[in-house]
Amino acid sequence: MIKRSQRLAALLEMPFTRALIALLVILALGVLFNADGTFFRWDTHRDMLRHISRFGILACGMTIVIIAGGIDLSVGSVLGLTAVVSAKLSIHMGLSAWVAVPLCCLLGIACGALAGALIARFSIQPFIATLALMVFARGAAKFISGGKKISQGVETPEGFQYLDFPQLYEFLNAKILGDNVAVVTLVFLLCVGVSWLLLARLRPGRHLYAIGGNESAALLSGVPVGMAKVLAYAMSGLFASLAGICQAAQETQGDPEAGVSYELTAIAIVVIGGTSLSGGRGGILLTLLGTLTIGYLEKILSINAVGEAGRLMLTGAIIVSAVLFQRGRK
Amino acid sequence: MLNFPPVMWSGQEAMETQHLSMRGIGKAFSGVRVLDSVDFDLRAGEVHILAGENGAGKSTLIKILAGVYAEYEGEILLGGQPVRFRSPQHARRSGISVIHQELSLVPGMSVSDNVFLGREHAARGWVRRARQERECAALLARLGMEVTPSSLVGDHPISVQQSIEIAKAMAGDARVVVMDEPTSCLAAQEVERLFALIDGLRRQGCGIIYITHKMEEIYRIADRITVLRDGKKIGTAAACDLPAEQLVRWMVGRPLEAQFSRTPSGSGKVRLEVREFSVPDPAGLPRPKVDRVSFQALAGEIIGIGGLQGSGGSELLAALFGVHGRRPTGEVFLDGAPVSLRRPASALREGVALLTNDRKTTGLVLGMSITRNMTLASLPRYSPGGWLLPGREVGAARGHAERFGIRAATLTQPVETLSGGNQQKVVLAKWLDTNPRVLLLDEPTRGVDVGAKHEIYELMNRWTSAGITILLITSEMPELLAMSDRILVLYQGRILREFGRGEATQESVLAAAMGREEGERK
Repeated sequence: MIKRSQRLAALLEMPFTRALIALLVILALGVLFNADGTFFRWDTHRDMLRHISRFGILACGMTIVIIAGGIDLSVGSVLGLTAVVSAKLSIHMGLSAWVAVPLCCLLGIACGALAGALIARFSIQPFIATLALMVFARGAAKFISGGKKISQGVETPEGFQYLDFPQLYEFLNAKILGDNVAVVTLVFLLCVGVSWLLLARLRPGRHLYAIGGNESAALLSGVPVGMAKVLAYAMSGLFASLAGICQAAQETQGDPEAGVSYELTAIAIVVIGGTSLSGGRGGILLTLLGTLTIGYLEKILSINAVGEAGRLMLTGAIIVSAVLFQRGRK
Repeated sequence: MLNFPPVMWSGQEAMETQHLSMRGIGKAFSGVRVLDSVDFDLRAGEVHILAGENGAGKSTLIKILAGVYAEYEGEILLGGQPVRFRSPQHARRSGISVIHQELSLVPGMSVSDNVFLGREHAARGWVRRARQERECAALLARLGMEVTPSSLVGDHPISVQQSIEIAKAMAGDARVVVMDEPTSCLAAQEVERLFALIDGLRRQGCGIIYITHKMEEIYRIADRITVLRDGKKIGTAAACDLPAEQLVRWMVGRPLEAQFSRTPSGSGKVRLEVREFSVPDPAGLPRPKVDRVSFQALAGEIIGIGGLQGSGGSELLAALFGVHGRRPTGEVFLDGAPVSLRRPASALREGVALLTNDRKTTGLVLGMSITRNMTLASLPRYSPGGWLLPGREVGAARGHAERFGIRAATLTQPVETLSGGNQQKVVLAKWLDTNPRVLLLDEPTRGVDVGAKHEIYELMNRWTSAGITILLITSEMPELLAMSDRILVLYQGRILREFGRGEATQESVLAAAMGREEGERK
């Protein structure tokens, strides 16, 4: 008996169990306030997943960076920049997805690697380095787009023209498997899978945990600290660019203002999942649960027609309670 | 000893005899009992040693007294009054001052601001800086310290910081001062000054609880000794009634054979050769940290590096492992081949491993599991092509845990949950797992209990008989004398003297360490 209760107590101590309980509480609220059965329809869940996917993708990169003891404030701006570049390449220039997607990804990786290099090589604090990149990338987005949204409608000397909608965006916007799953959700799950492989199964992932846990001990153990940090921020940049392509597809345009404050949502998702902001502890599956928790919270509030003001206040309160619950009583 | 609490409200008389009394103290962490109805009492004006192996429950008892753990069984009487500390501040205001092993100073603040931290002299919220600095200066003078109250704590060496910590503890009206291994990073003359301070406190009527693993210290200053083992109190005795063998038996539960037993195993082959090796001062001062040091070490030999704090020993070991502020000069040969040790990673590739003198800040990733800490420095072996093989890691960790005698419930638990001695064994296992040719050990037994120390000495014997060369730094003279095959004594970064096995005595090594051979020094 004692042994069983001890094992249960140990199970309850695990961050994963706690994140799962937080999600279940939110789901129970959904059942309770189901808005005349809206909550029980699959398309409610599908749309929630479709909406939250971009944030989830950003949160994957954020998780990697936070586990390495850093923070990435630039993801929202890099998302905006790549949304613009993606729209420019796909809509205006009509390039195929096989060219446009790799180019956007390279741009995201370059942004992340730049931040990582500033942090690793010149020991600039992650907060400062990525804050600078956040401002710079937003500027770059406005510069490339000329401050206007990049959409199908363009002014030419011959008059107003309406360009073709790129196949890439059509594909990303589609719902497959009998109209039941949005493609962007699959992109999100793919990002979760890649992050999981990196963090749980690959050597560089272990290095990131060690660096976040104790950087000097990691360095003295022969861990290539600089390389690992650059890798973490590059991954975050890569995921931000994927989210940017999805953003452009879902909005059918490249908005230079897209992604403002998304980095904060991504951080909230990571923290609600239970990954420690001080680094070294956490995991991508926690972030998956955190993504669902935030997604369902917003969905339940919106199907119950809670206004934006109430939604924001409630979300703030829930973040605090989730984190307190994650920490538990010690 | 009292089995019954003294009558309440008769505080005055009780204070004379029973300054502090803790009775029936118990504490369990998630079902694991770490303290089991421990009675402990402290008289005014005595130094009471709290002894026991790591994990015996000393720190837990102290943390309960200091208000860190507010939930516990049993009761505490301070001056006859029952008290229950809800927080460290509460304990502090009631006259309990704790000097932790880890310093609790803010490096970026001035000495006087640190001393008065949390108890600032203030008028309507404004800190009265001038008054604080005046009082701080008076306090420092009383302690015989030459430190400017307005200077920054971080600008002082660690030993001075330790003294500032003591000044901070004494600034309040401390009735009980707890010192947790205060000498672990002090050099010999600083230890003397600390003992003088303790004597002063004792005469002022303070009760002092002193935790240490060093036998000489215990018998230098103790009035009474209480021994804990496995969370239980074994006994309390006056220091003069408790001979050292008896004390050790109480601590470990079994008599230790000879505490040091070195089986020399140096072969004829030169493993490590260092020629004209210098490490510049990282801050750019003209005097280098290590100054043209040359020596040879045979395979299987233990070379002791003697010298006072700051004589360059730690810097020498760090530089040989590729850790340095500015590039060292000179040549290093391993098995006759010249090697370049620029970074820890390249040193590890050459088969050099460094155990640093601070396992918490530079040795372990505390939140990581035992297994992962053990494999961290040799990760490529467990991840061919970058792909981790957890099964291989667990297998290796099991082997290490068995060979090193690591006591842990599971190998997946975070290393921070282990006692100090077991943590140290995890760090040693990590370095051994890299299959080193040369092992640089900087204070391998710091903060480790008697039993674990003995185990570490045995491990060192085993490694050297397998041909590993060890460079050893230790602040415990008996350990240095007993374990080293040769001793190089450093003074101001230079090798001042070399002793063969059996030539050295405590006195001769200390004399060399203090630069006596230089003649013009006093």
